[in-house]
Amino acid sequence: MEVRVSNVRKEFDRFPALRDVSLDIRSGELIALLGPSGSGKTTLLRLIAGLERPTRGTIFFGDEDASNRTIQERNVGFVFQHYALFRHMTVADNIGFGLKVRPSAKRPTKAEIRRRASELLDLVQLSGLEKRYPAQLSGGQRQRVALARAMAIEPRVLLLDEPFGALDAQVRRELRRWLREIHDATGHTTIFVTHDQEEALELADRVVVMSQGRIEQIGTADEVYDTPNSPFVYGFIGESSSLPVKVEDGQVWISDRPIGLAAPDLPDGEATLYFRPHDIELLDECNGCIAGTVAASRRVAGTRRVELEIGGGRERVEIELPVGHPAAQKSRVAFRPKRWKVFPKMAE
Amino acid sequence: MADPELYPADAHHEHASLAVTERPLARAGLMFVAFAFLAVFLLLPLVVVFEQAFSRGIGAFVEAINEHDTIAAIKLTLLVAVISVPLNLVFGVAAAWAIAKFEFKGKAFLTTLIDLPFSVSPVISGLVYVLLFGASSLLGPWLKMHGIVILFAVPGIVLATVFVTFPFVARELIPLMQEQGTGDEEAALSLGANGWQTFWHVTLPNIKWGLLYGVLLCNARAMGEFGAVSVVSGHIRGMTNTMPLHVEILYNEYNAVGAFAVASVLAGLALVTLVLKTLLELRYGAEIAATRGH
Repeated sequence: MEVRVSNVRKEFDRFPALRDVSLDIRSGELIALLGPSGSGKTTLLRLIAGLERPTRGTIFFGDEDASNRTIQERNVGFVFQHYALFRHMTVADNIGFGLKVRPSAKRPTKAEIRRRASELLDLVQLSGLEKRYPAQLSGGQRQRVALARAMAIEPRVLLLDEPFGALDAQVRRELRRWLREIHDATGHTTIFVTHDQEEALELADRVVVMSQGRIEQIGTADEVYDTPNSPFVYGFIGESSSLPVKVEDGQVWISDRPIGLAAPDLPDGEATLYFRPHDIELLDECNGCIAGTVAASRRVAGTRRVELEIGGGRERVEIELPVGHPAAQKSRVAFRPKRWKVFPKMAE
Repeated sequence: MADPELYPADAHHEHASLAVTERPLARAGLMFVAFAFLAVFLLLPLVVVFEQAFSRGIGAFVEAINEHDTIAAIKLTLLVAVISVPLNLVFGVAAAWAIAKFEFKGKAFLTTLIDLPFSVSPVISGLVYVLLFGASSLLGPWLKMHGIVILFAVPGIVLATVFVTFPFVARELIPLMQEQGTGDEEAALSLGANGWQTFWHVTLPNIKWGLLYGVLLCNARAMGEFGAVSVVSGHIRGMTNTMPLHVEILYNEYNAVGAFAVASVLAGLALVTLVLKTLLELRYGAEIAATRGH
């Protein structure tokens, strides 16, 4: 099922949680809504589910305008961060709930509901736990049951709100892989919310980066990581270094020296240079480079992070070097970013 | 006697536990104070009630109970409880639901309003109804014209009882429902359940123990309420006297056995409620812990 969000705005007590958001989701896609808290990602998910109504704008399921449909009519599977399992029901009853509450004409028989529940338990690899209560399950198991429950109603779209947020790191990684497998096996259009970039980049076909009620960038993991389109995405996804620069005559300048980066399309004036600390080349001689003195250096896993003072110590910037690299010991280092972007001051 | 070799280890252990808990002596002292207080102020009076009631033997007790006005008082008390407890059950669930699960203007005001019956003296609650429905009130003449009798009759007693016992169910449920949040309900709705199914299959099971406590407390108070009911009842023997009022009348007439006999029945009803609650707690203890804590 395709989902199309068109110019949606949502206000809570006059405060805009989402400002004019548009998003096309293809059928069968696994999409991550990624952003810091308060970016509006959960609000967007709840709007798609029908748990909230948009202040303005439209949400389409396929060609059908779903904006005024109730959550029951939309037939979506929703998985909550804190599971929201019915604690007085067994696992099997939880999974069968969506079928049990159907109007009698569409309700499967009890035996059929039971069969369906154990089928789904097989799918989420929890066979044999039908008679358990949620309190008797671990966090990871509970979330699997919650997913099975959401899938029992044969939803048109699967929506997951920080599905692994309450789990510890080990279980998270395990469930992440498992969710990908389930998605590939069942082909549900799936949208999940997360503030964990690793999760989003690893799991999703496309990542929607959000900030302050707006979509900053939509793209594959490679696209948002390698070519961020805004200072926010640079700062939010992965490591990034930034330096205040000047653009003049299509060249990027630091203080009074050009650094050998051409920016022909940018207007003259104050700007900020962004690059990844690992995406740099070291230079032996400096005719057009960024040069600095080593202020600090620390070992991070397989690499060494070096903090450089640029321009007489007014600015500091981090670059990444191989552990044994001689430049790490030198007091003066010259480098040039390989992949970078300059954003004019106004844009921030 | 203590093994001398173990003594140092023991001392050490006790020393370590000092940081987190009281000395055994202090603990015993606290428990003694609690039990002694309960015994003197609660248990002893209760024993006296029953002792007095049966002081002239079973025969006198039965005779005192099996009297027209007393039977009428018992019936009236039960009737009032049967009407006002279900009303407060519905009101309480509705109010708790509104306060715990919705955001709206005037929520703080509504919360304060629910506490009003606890903060206002019951006598004043009764007087309010007299001022509202009495002969010299605004509504009085209109009521009289239409032949509606509220004061000094069953409707007035029920109204006063509902007023006084309103907070019990709501107060029990509000913190519980606030803590549980709306996640379960949203999950049920997303699975296609309608509002009623959601309430019946999800919300009600989640709150049933809190609801039961609230109802039991509400019932105990509904049967025992004196002040507010006293003002609106008019004390007509055999007609508008509830059990607490009847006890007072009998006592004022120096009919000690009668007064204590009725009092013992009233206390007995309260005890039955308490025993019921304890039994349920014993029977479903694990489930209560699961649904409340979680």
